[in-house]
Amino acid sequence: MMGRVVLRRPRVTWWAVWFMAPACVLFAALVLVPVVVAVWLSFVRWNGVGATHFVGLSNWSQLFSDATAGASLERTGILLGASWVVQEPIAIALGIYIAGRQRHRAVLSAIYFLPLLISGAGIGIMWQNILSPIGGGVQYVGAHVSLLGFLNKDWLGNPNLVLGTVVVLVAWEFIPFHTLLYQAGTRGIPSVLYEAAALDGITPLQRIRYITLPMLRNTIVTSSTLNIVGSLTIFDVIYTLTQGGPGESTRVFALDQYIVGFNEMDFGYGSALAVALGIMGIAISLVIIKVTGFGRMRSQAEGI
Amino acid sequence: MGGARRARLGRPFLLGGRTARRVLGLLLALLWLVFAAAPIYYMLIVSFEPQSSYLNSNPWFPTAGVTAANYSAVFASGFGRYLLNSVITTLGTTVLAVTVSLLAAHVIVRRTRGITAVIFRVFLVGLAVPIQALIIPLYVEILRLHLYNTLFALIIPLAAFAIPLTVLILVNFLRDVPRELIDAVQIDGAGPVRQLTSLVIPVAKPAITTVAIYDALTAWNNFLFPLIFTQSSNVAVLPLAIFNFSGRYLIDIPAIMAAVFLSVAPLFVIYIGARRQIIGGLTAGFSR
Repeated sequence: MMGRVVLRRPRVTWWAVWFMAPACVLFAALVLVPVVVAVWLSFVRWNGVGATHFVGLSNWSQLFSDATAGASLERTGILLGASWVVQEPIAIALGIYIAGRQRHRAVLSAIYFLPLLISGAGIGIMWQNILSPIGGGVQYVGAHVSLLGFLNKDWLGNPNLVLGTVVVLVAWEFIPFHTLLYQAGTRGIPSVLYEAAALDGITPLQRIRYITLPMLRNTIVTSSTLNIVGSLTIFDVIYTLTQGGPGESTRVFALDQYIVGFNEMDFGYGSALAVALGIMGIAISLVIIKVTGFGRMRSQAEGI
Repeated sequence: MGGARRARLGRPFLLGGRTARRVLGLLLALLWLVFAAAPIYYMLIVSFEPQSSYLNSNPWFPTAGVTAANYSAVFASGFGRYLLNSVITTLGTTVLAVTVSLLAAHVIVRRTRGITAVIFRVFLVGLAVPIQALIIPLYVEILRLHLYNTLFALIIPLAAFAIPLTVLILVNFLRDVPRELIDAVQIDGAGPVRQLTSLVIPVAKPAITTVAIYDALTAWNNFLFPLIFTQSSNVAVLPLAIFNFSGRYLIDIPAIMAAVFLSVAPLFVIYIGARRQIIGGLTAGFSR
């Protein structure tokens, strides 16, 4: 009996092959092949039309001495850090707030999520006009409401202000998404925990500090990972808002990579920048997962 | 001192503590509401203001009259075509991505070892690859495949990048379908295709809806692929069209706002009708 099972040749199930094939072909052709080609291109010099010239590590050594790339990476770092610091606390607070089932909270959340429906390009163009120094709505309020006079600034034209403006707009774009994650996370906390705590006479602030936040641990990791990787690769909203300007003051790394590749048609060096971006994205995800032990999939309901 | 005051104020003070917290919470929630809604409100109001008086009046209120002229200008510039392109691209991407992912997920759930498991792992690694990092090779590939400046140049890569998450969500859902159910259908003599159409698809409907919405929203709002893979206005989709429009109509801000508003209006309408499903789709796979 045993022998027969071992000796039987593994049967190829043809229907399974046919079912897997379309997804595999599509994924291999448009995700895996480009990954390999990107790495290869980072070792050649090419303007996209002529022949490719193998240049070894020259693109990569250029990357480490390129002041523009360095400055753009620094901007990405600032954007990434500031976005995390600004977005996470607000999203946690809003998420916990709208996790309540009261009617007015449902109405509030319905409106909170509207920005999620607008494309990054739409958001960039919309805010560009709201912040315009000529007749824009924010400038108008700053000029006519003395209490809000600080709003009367050239938020997109002043190189010292514009990166801060981008942080605020990116927060406007992404806080709703993270709020949604925290709302779902908060609603997933077993109510027995709150009931037990209520018997102990816990205050509402203690309840958040000792029950809600610890129980949201996994959500905080998920949200932070998506937040940081999202900031690293952010493109649409900045490209449509400022195209990296004024000067280069909003030329973040993802924009730098696009400009080198498609405006300067330097596909070799552009690919080196792109591969660096990809490596950073994957590395950050892995580090966060490793450091937080999220990969071990600790149960949120541990000890219950 | 606290005791004295409490004694003097009695019960109302104790209640006051809780009410104060509620009011504070509500105030902060309303503050965010204003910040979240004001730009959208502003966009809507400005889109109905006459271009001639927009600069001389309070843009926040339609004090100088209301006009639909901006909307006619947007439609006259070919908006109908861009809308159609977006609809075709979104439907094409969603149908392609969900179909191939469902077929793959059906196999992955049933064969958890060997090459199938390896392929599933590769899909999962694909989740971490940022699209932005692959635009140069993708551009070259699109050119070589003679897809440049067609809607296929958007549909095919969008569907390919949607596969990892779509497969993951479907697999997670299908894993919970009792094995006995599939075996029972198999004993009835149903082949793999019949199993899929008569059992898996009906059972997985909620998961299919969620991923379809996620894939559709991603495709509808994608800007990078049309920016790089298309050129002529007859294949422009909405995000690119409004970007081109705002470059051309620099000073006609009411018309630009009308164009941006029209590009999200279909989603707003669907959102009003199917808020629960849309929100489920937005966080597909992330909120567990």
